[in-house]
Amino acid sequence: MDTTLERALLDQLLLRQQVEQFYNAEAELLDSRQFNAWLDLLAEDIRYWMPVTINKESGKWDEERTREGKDLNWFDEGKFELEQRVRQIETGLHWAEEPISRTSHMFSNLQIMDNSCTLATRCRFLIYRNRGETETDFFVGKRHDTLRRDGSGFKIAARQIFLDQSVLLAKNLTLFF
Amino acid sequence: MLPDSEGGNNISLSILSQGRGKMENAASQQYARGLVDTDNGLISRDIFVVDNIYRDELERIFPRSWLFVAHESQIPENGDYILGRMAEESVIVNRDRDGKLHVFLNNCRHRGMRVCRYDKGNTRKFMCPFHAWVFSDQGDLIGVPKLETGYHNELDKSEWGLIEARVYSYRGFIFACWDEETPELEEYLGDLRFYFDDYCELPDGSYGDWEAFGGIFKWRVPCNWKFGAENFGGDYYHNPSHASVDQVILSPAGVRGRHTYDAVTRERELWKLNVLTKEGHNARGELFKDIYEYVPTYREMAVVEDYFRDCYRIRQKKLGDKSRWYGHGGTIFPNVSYSNGVQSMGSWHPSGPHETEIWRIFLAPKDAPDEVKDVLRHYVIRYQGPSGLTEQDDMENWGSAHEGARGTIARRHAYHYGMGLGHEQRSWPAEWLGGDIYASEDVSEQNQRAYYARWARMMDVPPGSSRQPVLVKTAD
Repeated sequence: MDTTLERALLDQLLLRQQVEQFYNAEAELLDSRQFNAWLDLLAEDIRYWMPVTINKESGKWDEERTREGKDLNWFDEGKFELEQRVRQIETGLHWAEEPISRTSHMFSNLQIMDNSCTLATRCRFLIYRNRGETETDFFVGKRHDTLRRDGSGFKIAARQIFLDQSVLLAKNLTLFF
Repeated sequence: MLPDSEGGNNISLSILSQGRGKMENAASQQYARGLVDTDNGLISRDIFVVDNIYRDELERIFPRSWLFVAHESQIPENGDYILGRMAEESVIVNRDRDGKLHVFLNNCRHRGMRVCRYDKGNTRKFMCPFHAWVFSDQGDLIGVPKLETGYHNELDKSEWGLIEARVYSYRGFIFACWDEETPELEEYLGDLRFYFDDYCELPDGSYGDWEAFGGIFKWRVPCNWKFGAENFGGDYYHNPSHASVDQVILSPAGVRGRHTYDAVTRERELWKLNVLTKEGHNARGELFKDIYEYVPTYREMAVVEDYFRDCYRIRQKKLGDKSRWYGHGGTIFPNVSYSNGVQSMGSWHPSGPHETEIWRIFLAPKDAPDEVKDVLRHYVIRYQGPSGLTEQDDMENWGSAHEGARGTIARRHAYHYGMGLGHEQRSWPAEWLGGDIYASEDVSEQNQRAYYARWARMMDVPPGSSRQPVLVKTAD
């Protein structure tokens, strides 16, 4: 094989390995409830957005989701707001999370769309949540991230979460995606 | 999950289920004097969990009531439609080619398939995908395949249009009702009109255009539909369950707490009021004891601060003494709740006795600066709904209360709704709050008692019987 091509392929694999490791570590933090450490992975100017899905004609894909910055969204916030969510859980009085949720964050189908100073990644997510005795939810959908290089790691500069549900089948969204 | 606890092994129920036959008279007393004893502030847990009772609600409560279906700003153009819901059933809310509002059952007259399967859009006709019957935006059946060869021209299309509800737009909020006997909406609202009008007023005290943000929050909660309705109707007693959100910064005022008005009310003398109307509707809010100057609230957001300061001044001038009233929200019997401030409007849709599908929209003054709309939008998303820091804990309460109503042993013991019984004050603290309203300060379950008294009265009237007045007395 051409050494240049080989080098490019190796770089790609290396990058993929780094991104996967980053996401694995992130999931570990969320599932072990180290929320402050998770917040540290977020850029100060992060946009965290999860639209509401609307049932529309097949030709009107662009109207299938509520708009960031304009419409109702399940989430449309920045770091300060996410920090407040963590603070609320830390009070020990947030009854929707007392007793706690047990979560397992999984991701797959990772694509790395770009490789400049920022990376655009896409993946599928599957989050299992179980709480109390029988409360159980599955959250499945697509996640589009913008990652910014930060030393040897990354910071999440934007996260778009597309849940494959129109009527939300869970009673709350006390978890992080 | 508890084992099936809704069977017919309950004595009061066995009488009820016979009530559809010869024991109808006995059954017709069962709710008001039996399961719902507001004289003593006792309400049976059965009303939240028993299948027969739920089925009666679907016949006796929802079709006879005005239900909120949409806001006009969601269908601004001729031809616009949006799907709504009335109890368990899907409805189309549309503005036809001539601008007239309609509410149709979303259900083909031929085989019942939904004739509209998109949440919103613009159209002149609705076609059922099953056999391609076509209905106009005015509900008429305008197309039937093989009318000649299959029906031999013997189908009278004029008899088979979409099923249409009565519709009334109250200051832009569209309500619908299936029953011809139910009074007009304005009469139906009764003394709640003062409070609902207050909700409909823009921040400057005038009636103008509200605009719903795009999208509707729709989500499922494992509890009976009445838990949310009674909570939004006035339950200041449950404040302890919001202890966690009050320790973080949620209010756009940028200080700890969940309400924008927290910083304002702290410095003022006021009555925090629960208000019931004799129609069984609920309202809640604050009556300041005096007329006060505007308190700076939005700190570093100059445009927002200017907007609300101006509104405050204009409202005070316009409403005078009545500007002392600040509504927090309420419940329009049976399943419509509104919240001032976050300006939400929504319904508790029954989805079986053990599940509620909540629908909620949020609105902003149409002509407000974008900065104001943005602040309101962020606030509501973070306050209410499944991602809302406040309502998350409410839903925990309702789900647990519901579970607690299901057990065989638990159901032998009524819920206590007796707080403040006999301490309601008529037309108080100001006469202009309504001649027939009753109010209690701070915490009381008077609103819930009135709500369930109304519920019981309607439940005691079987289908086909002549209707009785549903007005409730304070200790009814």
